[in-house]
Amino acid sequence: MVLSTTFLESESSIRSTFGSRYAVTSLPRFKISENSIPKEAAYQIIKDELMLDGNPRLNLASFVTTWMEPECDKLIMDSINKNYVDMDEYPVTTELQNRCVNIIANMFNAPLEEGETAVGVGTVGSSEAIMLAGLAFKRNWQNKMKALGKPHDKPNIVTGANVQVCWEKFARYFEVELKEVKLRDGYYVMDPEKAAEMVDENTICVAAILGSTLNGEFEDVKRLNDLLVKKNAETGWETPIHVDAASGGFIAPFLYPELEWDFRLPLVKSINVSGHKYGLVYAGIGWVIWRNKVDLPEELIFHINYLGSDQPTFTLNFSKGSSQVIAQYYQLIRLGYEGYKNIMENCQENAMVLKKGLEKTGKFDIISKDIGVPLVAFSLKDNSLHNEFEVSDMLRRYGWIVPAYTMPPDAQHITVLRVVIREDFSRTLAERLVTNIEQVLEELDTLPSKVTQKLTTEENVDNGKLVKKTALEVQREITTAWKKLVADKKKTKGVC
Amino acid sequence: MCPIYGEIVSKKRKLQEEERENIKRRNKRQRMVIATTITDSSEELHSTFASRYARTSLPKFMMPEQPISKDAAYQIINDELMLDGNPRLNLASFVTTWMEPECDKLIMSSLNKNYVDMDEYPVTTELQNRCVNMIAHLFHAPVRVDETAIGVGTVGSSEAIMLAGLAFKRKWQARRKSQGKPCDNPNIVTGANVQVCWEKFARYFEVELKEVKLKKGYYIMDPVKAVDMVDENTICIAAILGSTLTGEFEDVTLLDELLMKKNKETGWETPIHVDAASGGFIAPFVYPELEWDFRLPLVKSINVSGHKYGLVYPGVGWVVWRSKDDLPEDLVFHINYLGSDQPTFTLNFSKGSSQIIAQYYQFIRLGFEGYKNIMETCLANARVLKDGLEKMGRFEIISKDVGVPLVAFSLRNSSKHTVFEISESLRRYGWIVPAYTMPPDAEEVAVLRAVIREDFSRSLAERLASDIEKVLKQIETLPPRISARAALLTGSVNDFPEDKTVAMGDFEKSVKESQGEVTKESRNVGRKKVSGVCIMPSGN
Repeated sequence: MVLSTTFLESESSIRSTFGSRYAVTSLPRFKISENSIPKEAAYQIIKDELMLDGNPRLNLASFVTTWMEPECDKLIMDSINKNYVDMDEYPVTTELQNRCVNIIANMFNAPLEEGETAVGVGTVGSSEAIMLAGLAFKRNWQNKMKALGKPHDKPNIVTGANVQVCWEKFARYFEVELKEVKLRDGYYVMDPEKAAEMVDENTICVAAILGSTLNGEFEDVKRLNDLLVKKNAETGWETPIHVDAASGGFIAPFLYPELEWDFRLPLVKSINVSGHKYGLVYAGIGWVIWRNKVDLPEELIFHINYLGSDQPTFTLNFSKGSSQVIAQYYQLIRLGYEGYKNIMENCQENAMVLKKGLEKTGKFDIISKDIGVPLVAFSLKDNSLHNEFEVSDMLRRYGWIVPAYTMPPDAQHITVLRVVIREDFSRTLAERLVTNIEQVLEELDTLPSKVTQKLTTEENVDNGKLVKKTALEVQREITTAWKKLVADKKKTKGVC
Repeated sequence: MCPIYGEIVSKKRKLQEEERENIKRRNKRQRMVIATTITDSSEELHSTFASRYARTSLPKFMMPEQPISKDAAYQIINDELMLDGNPRLNLASFVTTWMEPECDKLIMSSLNKNYVDMDEYPVTTELQNRCVNMIAHLFHAPVRVDETAIGVGTVGSSEAIMLAGLAFKRKWQARRKSQGKPCDNPNIVTGANVQVCWEKFARYFEVELKEVKLKKGYYIMDPVKAVDMVDENTICIAAILGSTLTGEFEDVTLLDELLMKKNKETGWETPIHVDAASGGFIAPFVYPELEWDFRLPLVKSINVSGHKYGLVYPGVGWVVWRSKDDLPEDLVFHINYLGSDQPTFTLNFSKGSSQIIAQYYQFIRLGFEGYKNIMETCLANARVLKDGLEKMGRFEIISKDVGVPLVAFSLRNSSKHTVFEISESLRRYGWIVPAYTMPPDAEEVAVLRAVIREDFSRSLAERLASDIEKVLKQIETLPPRISARAALLTGSVNDFPEDKTVAMGDFEKSVKESQGEVTKESRNVGRKKVSGVCIMPSGN
């Protein structure tokens, strides 16, 4: 029963927020409460709880942008209530999206005829972009096999074992077999020779990565293209290439303009890039560009009558905010070629500062390469007493979030720490991080090797394979233990 | 293609050519970057509109060579966006356009937080879990006291529906495999009134979509017909709580009963999904007695849009499963993402956490009472608008009183003027009220639809009614401008050749296309959406 108690509560708005009863009563966590509470109280309760989250700016685990100019923040906030999908109502927003697609396509050297507009679409992130690209490859392959009168029920896709999880997701959800080129010690990207070897007539595409998540390295797309061209000529299979440039797509055109990895290579049919990584926009934007319109099967495009206008769309999501699209356009015109180049150079330079600092300690092997995405991946030369997970844990006390993780199968005995250098990670911060890592190492030397045993068992579980654990158990774990876990600075087990 | 429109296209081409020239020049200079920042610094002294950026045109298809100042970039974009419609006056959409300033503050401060970094942001993750549990309880999920609900936050109902559909497909496949039967021809049964994302799900995940046809005067799925269409390859029936067209609730109780009987006879175990995108936050508060949710045994999953009557800005949806058995294990990914094990079932990965936090804000701020008050207010305002329209005597009200708070209405006599004209004319007053035709088998009916959201107050409702009255009077003084065309489009819709290339519910789409054309032609070309929505290869 809902009683109208609003009269009684009106006096509560006079009290100070922390003097009100909402600061002492506990809110129901799993059910919506019966009654309303004042907005100030709701704001304060949530704000305060969120203090316990990590600081995004100090989160060196993620490529995702954590800082934008205040002017852009204003644009974002102004358009947060604009639904991107209402193209008829918000034609300018739609136009800005189209301009972004064209700018990015030109940056990737798409072979556009005079007056031709690029074929591409804005997405929520590279995951959606990759699923769309993969779906287009699958459908094209199916159509080709159907036309040849051959079976088309066993598609596969060839990638390196260093791919981001969304490729695995694509494979499982869209029923495509994932053929992974294995990694080996000291070589953490896809080997083009092996990849080309694995291609068979059921291969819908080979996915190459420009900027491997593990160590930022660029895969040799040119070599892959050459090998595949040869193989295609021999077999007549026409196997295409997709480049997953989620993190490297906004690096290579500015820092390595001579590197051929994009539509300059004839077999590259589609490219995805994350606007929210080095595209310098907050989380929630990705892009996928096709070489030209024949690479995107017509039957996947929906022309819908949405609230009174015809809208051709190819997306998995529908309603979403338009802030990120507008923010991407802001960055593209605000920074221009020169601005992006300067930022990427700064990132690269700061990565070098950090790398040199780490090398000077003499305790680390640097796994990342100088050419690639600006990040520093490093592992302990000697992790018999203390390992990388401990270093990561200890760094949290200084405020830094530096993840430690094991490499994928066939290289999983290697554990690395990874620091991503973003635009907002200045030289001062880089130097301070080095100092803090030195302090951590000293501190560790004085400690007995207490957690080593525990962490090796953890490695076994985390070796990249599917861990069978019911979603329910996992959730129960979180709800009962999350507070303790936060306090212990230990990892939570996530959600379903 | 009308001439003005062609002119725009050719202008655009010219611009593109110019830009291409520029880039060629740029390449000649070997992409030399000259440090011009020092000379530019004087520009900071200029007022924004006095700077050169207000005069020179920005390249639209190429990245500009040089940076521009942030104020100029802000002003240029902000000014161009003035030409977009006003979201608050957009009555086309269910999607929330207003939230309390306190919540705006929370959203702003969490814009830079990536929702998938669960290890780094444990509190945000916890807030998401609480939202899932609150929604599951609201929908009467049979969750024991010591259990947590199974569900996930998504970008919107589209993602939610694809996840739910995928779970049904995988469950069906597993069952068929265990019975040694073929599992390559799955189908799904829905009404023809479903939102396009069901069609998308069907086509992208290779499931046949079996649509129950509508008929004039009955614009939702008929449970009897739906159950008739079920066969052993049916992965689920999708019922809609709050049809997009009329806001009506489908009779899930009856569907459940009929299907229960059929399942008993055949042993097929066909389940039900409820697409409660718009109705999921209406029914529990306004019609708590209505049984449509997990109280019905065959309902295995429900999706709801947080950004509709969940009262959050666009970008959040939810899908909740009855129990963990209804979500096949092999779809859940446990990943080693940057050092921690994360079980996930989503199509998207990185995204902001603002919307999740905003949803939690609304739940604790409003509570049951607050949501109920808002939904009742919306329904009351819908009635005000409806009464106002009825009083004019020119409209037939298509929407029902029980359902989502919207008013769908059609002209009693559209021989001279159509609802599309009314929609056009209303734009001049600032209102965005869409007009559209009904799906196949009822497509001779064209309706206007006004969605009543939280921020649509009574005074706005009254003003809209009076503006519609003015528009009617105005239109009467005009000759029947496009009525001939409109008649033509209902008559000979199959004559649009380009549709044949689009392999889809042909008739329906051609009506839509032609209707789109009418809208385009009748509208001021300047406001029209630009041609290359880039993903569209067919030259529109």
